[in-house]
Amino acid sequence: MNANPYRLPGLLLIALFVLCFGLAAHLDLWFQAWQGNRSQSANPMGVLLGDSRRMFANHFFVKADAYFHSGYYPSVFDNREAFRTPHMAEDTGTVGGHNQGDELGFLGPPRDWIDAFSRQFFPSIHTHLDEGGARGKAAPSGDLGESSGVREILPWLRLSAELDPNSVQTYTVTAYWLRQRMGKVAEAEQFLREGLRENPGSYEILYELGRIFAENHNDPARACNLWELALRNWQKLESAKSDPDKFLLMQIVSHLATLEEKQGNYRQALVYMQLWKEHSPEPARIQQRIEELRQKLQPPSVGKAEPRLKAGT
Amino acid sequence: MKNILAVSGIVIKELYRRKDFYVLFILTVLLCLVMASVNIFNDKNIIRYLKEICLLLVWIASLVIAITTTARQIPAERENRTLFPLLAKPLTRSQLLLGKFLGCWLACGLALLCFYLFFGLLASSREHYWPLVNYFQAAALHWVMLGVVIALTLFGSLVFTAPSSNATICFVVVGGILLLGRHLNKVALPLPEPRRSLLYSLYYAIPHFELFDVRDLIIHNWPPIAWRVCGLASLYALAYTAVFLIAACMIFRRRALN
Repeated sequence: MNANPYRLPGLLLIALFVLCFGLAAHLDLWFQAWQGNRSQSANPMGVLLGDSRRMFANHFFVKADAYFHSGYYPSVFDNREAFRTPHMAEDTGTVGGHNQGDELGFLGPPRDWIDAFSRQFFPSIHTHLDEGGARGKAAPSGDLGESSGVREILPWLRLSAELDPNSVQTYTVTAYWLRQRMGKVAEAEQFLREGLRENPGSYEILYELGRIFAENHNDPARACNLWELALRNWQKLESAKSDPDKFLLMQIVSHLATLEEKQGNYRQALVYMQLWKEHSPEPARIQQRIEELRQKLQPPSVGKAEPRLKAGT
Repeated sequence: MKNILAVSGIVIKELYRRKDFYVLFILTVLLCLVMASVNIFNDKNIIRYLKEICLLLVWIASLVIAITTTARQIPAERENRTLFPLLAKPLTRSQLLLGKFLGCWLACGLALLCFYLFFGLLASSREHYWPLVNYFQAAALHWVMLGVVIALTLFGSLVFTAPSSNATICFVVVGGILLLGRHLNKVALPLPEPRRSLLYSLYYAIPHFELFDVRDLIIHNWPPIAWRVCGLASLYALAYTAVFLIAACMIFRRRALN
């Protein structure tokens, strides 16, 4: 009798298949409950890279700044003193600058003939995308000319936010360029709300969100609420630190003071100005504004509410 | 010259019969189309990131095609024992080598033509204009640089025994020069002697492939490079190509074929 040569391997295959099926059904229960299960994340970057993705986030943030300069950007081998704070972030007014040195000539004079020759083959002139970029189509005012070119930084900022959702700076910088230079207010607001979901209570995002309501939606009441919340959160998170983020505090209180002054709430405006003066590098200038405001307060203002927030609270 | 052209014709036919180019081209097209479909803040005019990705893929694909095609030319002839009948014809060893070089270079040129045509179509689909001079300069400089890479790989295929080791070393050398070549002088300057002089000598000796990488100029729409500068860069590349080819010919003439 001829034995079927495929019988034994076939049976083995079936047995292995049953074993695999059983193991998969058993392990799936454990896998779904496991804390380290990446498939629960809705973010494909998170599934692929895990927490290591945060390492790449800053790289793409800096790449956006390189795009802002149309490719003219120092490498790790060049003098980066003038590029410590990305210029596209500094221009938003939400980040304090730490740049020193000559941003126009970080390359320095050519060191040899190859160095001199090679400068013809890569961007070696300092330009900003919001001033026309490489083609230099700047508006006569020198600002906002061909500013639509700024859109080119957005993919890298979006990717940076995907990689590190806790980098607050990425949200505020992106929102600024979206609303201020591209007129995409709805997209900016949505992006900031995404940022706020990832970073609840972030005073930087609340401040930027307040700017949208003040400058774009013309809704001073909501802007004021957002900035007041930003100020409270700043005091909660930063005031105890040895090196608090004074730059943003000044931004928040200066905007609050200006808004309250415009609304006619002079007493409240005075409270914010006092706070502004305490932290400002130019207290004399703020004192002058305080004096002007006090003069407005000379005739008793009837019906004005008591200050909602006192300095230092 | 007739013999050289005949050998180069065979190499070109070999490239379009093989699947390497098609696979790399389709992969490039697919990746670019996937990236183009990403919605970034409802703005359909964002293009530079796409140009960057496409050009990066074109550079990687062209280097893979150039190095892998060239690295197997001489070893394959030897392994298949077709080298002896080839040299039995009125064909000198130098002619064979030059024919192989020309074939690989022209084949890479054809591949580059397809890649840059696709790049141009992709870029113009959103930018709505064709900076033809810029694209021509980028493609031409890229092709001239591939000439040096091909000559280097051909030289390597006579020095190293296996095509795989030759290809790996060529990838490392070319990649290393592209990434670091421009900065070697900056690294050398603060070093003490004699390391400083040694590194500076290396800086002057290596072929500076990064000179031909004008991707940043294309991505960010910088004006075209002066033609005189392009011509000088081409001369620089041709000089290095000649150096590697002469060295390869000298080795191949003395090499025992069996």
